[in-house]
Amino acid sequence: MSETNESEILFGIYCPPHPQPLLSPEASEGYSNLRTAYDECRNRIEESEADIIIVYSTTWPSIIGHQIQALEKAVWTHVDDDFHYLGSMPYEFHMDTQFAHSMKENCQKRGLEARTVEYEGFPIDTGSVVALQLLNPDNRIPTCILSSNMYSNRSETIVLGKAVRDTLAQQNKKAVVVVVSSLSNRMFTEHIDPKEDRIHSQKDDDWNRKILEFFDDGRLEDLSQLSRDIHGQIRVQKVVAYKPAWWLAATMGQHNNYDGEVLAYEALHGSGGAVITLTPSSGSVGDKEFDEDDVEFYRGDRNVLDKGMLE
Amino acid sequence: MAKGQIVAGCLAPHPPHLVYADNPPQNEAYSEGGWETLRWGYQRLARKLKDIDYDAIVIFTPHWQTYIGTHFLGLPEFKSKSVDPVFPNLFRYNYDLQVDVELSEAMREAASEEGIITKMMRNPDFRVDYGTITSCHLLNPKWDKPIVTISSNRNAHYYSPEVMIEQATALGRACAKAIEESGKRVVLVASHSLSHRHFVEEAPLPEDMSKEHIYNHSQYVWDMKIVEMIRDGKSREVIDIMPEFTEQTIAETEGGGLIWMLGAMGFPDFPAEIYGYQSVIGTGNVIACWDPNDDTREYVL
Ligand SMILES: [Fe+2]
Repeated sequence: MSETNESEILFGIYCPPHPQPLLSPEASEGYSNLRTAYDECRNRIEESEADIIIVYSTTWPSIIGHQIQALEKAVWTHVDDDFHYLGSMPYEFHMDTQFAHSMKENCQKRGLEARTVEYEGFPIDTGSVVALQLLNPDNRIPTCILSSNMYSNRSETIVLGKAVRDTLAQQNKKAVVVVVSSLSNRMFTEHIDPKEDRIHSQKDDDWNRKILEFFDDGRLEDLSQLSRDIHGQIRVQKVVAYKPAWWLAATMGQHNNYDGEVLAYEALHGSGGAVITLTPSSGSVGDKEFDEDDVEFYRGDRNVLDKGMLE
Repeated sequence: MAKGQIVAGCLAPHPPHLVYADNPPQNEAYSEGGWETLRWGYQRLARKLKDIDYDAIVIFTPHWQTYIGTHFLGLPEFKSKSVDPVFPNLFRYNYDLQVDVELSEAMREAASEEGIITKMMRNPDFRVDYGTITSCHLLNPKWDKPIVTISSNRNAHYYSPEVMIEQATALGRACAKAIEESGKRVVLVASHSLSHRHFVEEAPLPEDMSKEHIYNHSQYVWDMKIVEMIRDGKSREVIDIMPEFTEQTIAETEGGGLIWMLGAMGFPDFPAEIYGYQSVIGTGNVIACWDPNDDTREYVL
């Protein structure tokens, strides 16, 4: 297998991290719609020829570079920090250890700090647990979970996506890639009746629907280019940037040639929860100016102060 | 029944590195030591606490993050393994701890009366966060006192640092009231660092102290400003400066622990005892104790 092989991504999934679709789908029509959409994605994965499911989870923050889950069998019972009263989430996930180790090396080749984690009892995050339980319940396909470094910004995230492509091409594997993230992520700060769940504000709903139009048109690279605006408008400022579209575009290919399908869009305790698929196709509908540099190699934070100093 | 009281308030940072460096039997990882300034400081504070008569530790942690209100541990016992999601190579700690559920419920109720959204956590599979485990292990390695963990509501993210200060202060007031009515003697713990910018790379041997230093000088200067103020008993001024400090140093104070504790203690104007300051993977950490008893308060460092 040569390293110049093109990676093959069968399709991408964007899905929300909160546990209601897994633990209480019957509590509201919205949660049940999200569950149905997850089930549809599960079927499509089963019918695909995927060798691996790669998950990028916004609810797994890391500090030492990028962490890659590599424990062959990850078994535990997870409980969410906020939604513990909805129940426990026992899981057993099978990791593609070969992929995880090569992924680490490919990250390093591209200048990223990266490491695998292989520890019994490692706390896999709510988003990854929810997505994998619903999308791959019987471990039919091995998986790999990637963390989201809390200090990383666009260039690092783009390079991380490219390292996924390198690894898939190297191993000649067909992948389904999964981003676990809300759209708008502001939740209600009180406990609510699930039947009365709605998007937290009209503004969040408006932005979510605009983003969904882009997804529906397959305009992934346009969304990637809009990430900073999305972060400013509808993301609670918990991390430095909204990174999922950067990672997804860098991993799947930075263009707009996709067939997009929004399978569900519902409120999850006020946040925007959408289950979306993107399948590579041909023909671009992009009309945004691609105004940020593409990045192949991560060189760390540029020390602007030093460079600007007089000798 | 005698009135309950807060017998000490501790600012107790929780880098898992400190437990790792200690090599307790509960932790799976093995180290050659490291971070002695903090560990020896902790040991001295732990000795002081041993001489204080108290019934429970109440700890406010930034690593149980809740967005829907403030949550309280609500089962009498938790036993499991805590694996740090960020430093799993250092911290895989088997814990077995007791909770003072009665006190926890009383504080939740008092908080609710203050208008704070609250929730008891009663899922037996819940894993207690590593902030709680680390700070409690270092303050009371025998684990012979029950604890109560209070989650940190992320209202600084959702609203503003000012809203967070108001809510954390109200929560502190409520906890103090519940403690007084309980008749219990309680140690409060705010579990967090000061400046909190980490290096994103780790030395091959994490405890190699030739590699350890503060992330940058600005963080150090800010940390020292806070240390100087608490040493001078200026706790209200610390709160006033907190939004700017937190923003400038990405401080772990953003969770509200120190504000909660100082609020519960009525913003003490007596000096805090300082037990040590050191960086851990670039972050700034001070161990401090507010001892309300004029007879036992010491000038430690
Ligand atoms: Fe922390």
